[in-house]
Order: sequence, then C-alpha cells, then structure tokens
Amino acid sequence: MGVDIAFWIMAALAVGAAISVIASRDLFRAALLLVLCFFAVAGIYATLSADFLAIAQVLIYVGAVAVLVIFAVMLTRQVKRGNPFNKFAFPAFFLCGLLMAGFIFVAIDTSWPAVEPAAEVVQEFVDGNPQPTTNAIAGVIFDKDFGFLLPFEIAAALLLAAVIGAIALVREK
Amino acid sequence: MDVGLTHYLVLSGILFCIGLYGALAKHNAVGILMCIEIMLNAVNIAAVAFSRFLAPDVVVLTGHVFALFVMVVAAAEAAVGLAIVITLYRNRETVDVEDADSMKG
Repeated sequence: MGVDIAFWIMAALAVGAAISVIASRDLFRAALLLVLCFFAVAGIYATLSADFLAIAQVLIYVGAVAVLVIFAVMLTRQVKRGNPFNKFAFPAFFLCGLLMAGFIFVAIDTSWPAVEPAAEVVQEFVDGNPQPTTNAIAGVIFDKDFGFLLPFEIAAALLLAAVIGAIALVREK
Repeated sequence: MDVGLTHYLVLSGILFCIGLYGALAKHNAVGILMCIEIMLNAVNIAAVAFSRFLAPDVVVLTGHVFALFVMVVAAAEAAVGLAIVITLYRNRETVDVEDADSMKG
C-alpha cells in the first residue's frame, strides 16, 4: 500500500537524519540534517492524514526554527571545537538505550483498541474527496464546551513574551 | 504487516531517545537545543498517531490541537533559548555548557 511505503521511507529518513544530527562533527551540517529530519516528520504527519499539521510543520520548523538555529550556529561558530560528546556520553547512551527498549516494549506489548474510522470518513477517502482537517481543528480549539480558548490566548501571550524577551536578551546595551 | 499505531509509537520512542541522548551527551548549547527540537517532534508524532488511530472521528482532533500547542511552545523556546546562547557567547566567548558554571557552588 502506498501509505505504508511512504511511512517506511519517512521513518527511515527521520531516524537516519536524527542519528546524523547527533553523530555529525560539524555543527552546521547537523543543522542542515535537522531540517531534513523536520521534513521527514512533516511526511509522517501526511501519512497520518494530518494535512494542516504537515504544512504547519514545514512553515514553523523548516521555515522559522531552522533559520533561527542556523543563525545561532553562524553567530557562535566555534570551528575548532566542533560538536563533541561530553563525559556523560557512555552513561547517557546506556540510559537512553534502556529507555528506548522500554518504549518499544510498551508500544508493542500493549493491545491498543482497534478503532475504525467513521464510515463517512472512509467514504470520503474512497471517493477521492477527503475533507481538510483545518475546519475540524478550529472547531476543537474554539468549541464552547470542551474547547481550548484559554490555552489559545495563553499561547498568543507566550509568543509575544518570547519575542520581546529574545529581543531584550540580544539587544546591545 | 499493515502500518498501525504501534509503528508510529515505536518511531516516536526511537526519535525521542535519540534526541534525549544528544541533549544529555553534547557540549555545544546549540546542539543541545537541536536535540530538544527532535524530542518535541517525537512527542508530536505520538500525539497525532493517537488522535488518528484511537479517536479517528474527524470532529475530535484533540491530538492535533495538542501538537499545535507543542509547536507554539517549541517556537517560543527556540527563540528565547537561542537568544540566551548568543548572549552567553557574547559575554563568555563560549557556547560550551560546561563553561557556563558561574552559579555552581
């Protein structure tokens, strides 16, 4: 099936790029590999039929966060130091390996309830006319009873505070 | 074998642990911030996968909304974190987290 093949390609790309970000000696190359990892995660969202999130991932992560990271790499370039491991490399590797084994065991061992998509959703896909998720997401955020209006407003204030804080931090005295 | 919830959760766990390893085992503050972004992406994959497979009704997309809020917080964190790194570099001529120890006892 096409979606399965897309999942395997994107998963391999994401994991490979993430490992390369860690392993790369050159920090600038690590930043570019991070962009590749973000793109692969956007593809994973697409295989989950999360169209709005896939576009938001490309716009926010690839468009904004990656540019910020590359700016920071350029402004703080320490060519001789590179991107080495510190003295916790071995214990951290042990801990993360253990944690990863735990995650994989739990994900495989748990019998997740198999819920099938609603009939009309399946029919929309069969007709080749799936509805975009944008309206549905807005419906969830702005719902009167179980919505996320307060978190939405807090997120707006948080972004404003972050922008002002970042400007205040790097301003020349 | 069809790709299901388990595959997405395993992928999410692997990405999270790669990011955690990088965040724990790196010297460079910018590299640590990159690894934290990878961890946040891994969590987003898990949230969207749960939303897709355990609540597949198109009207209930709470997992998508969670992922959006994580993206907002990640963007704010990247802006402030990188500003702090640049200020550190300006004042101490280093981005090595081991050298930023002036509050150490």
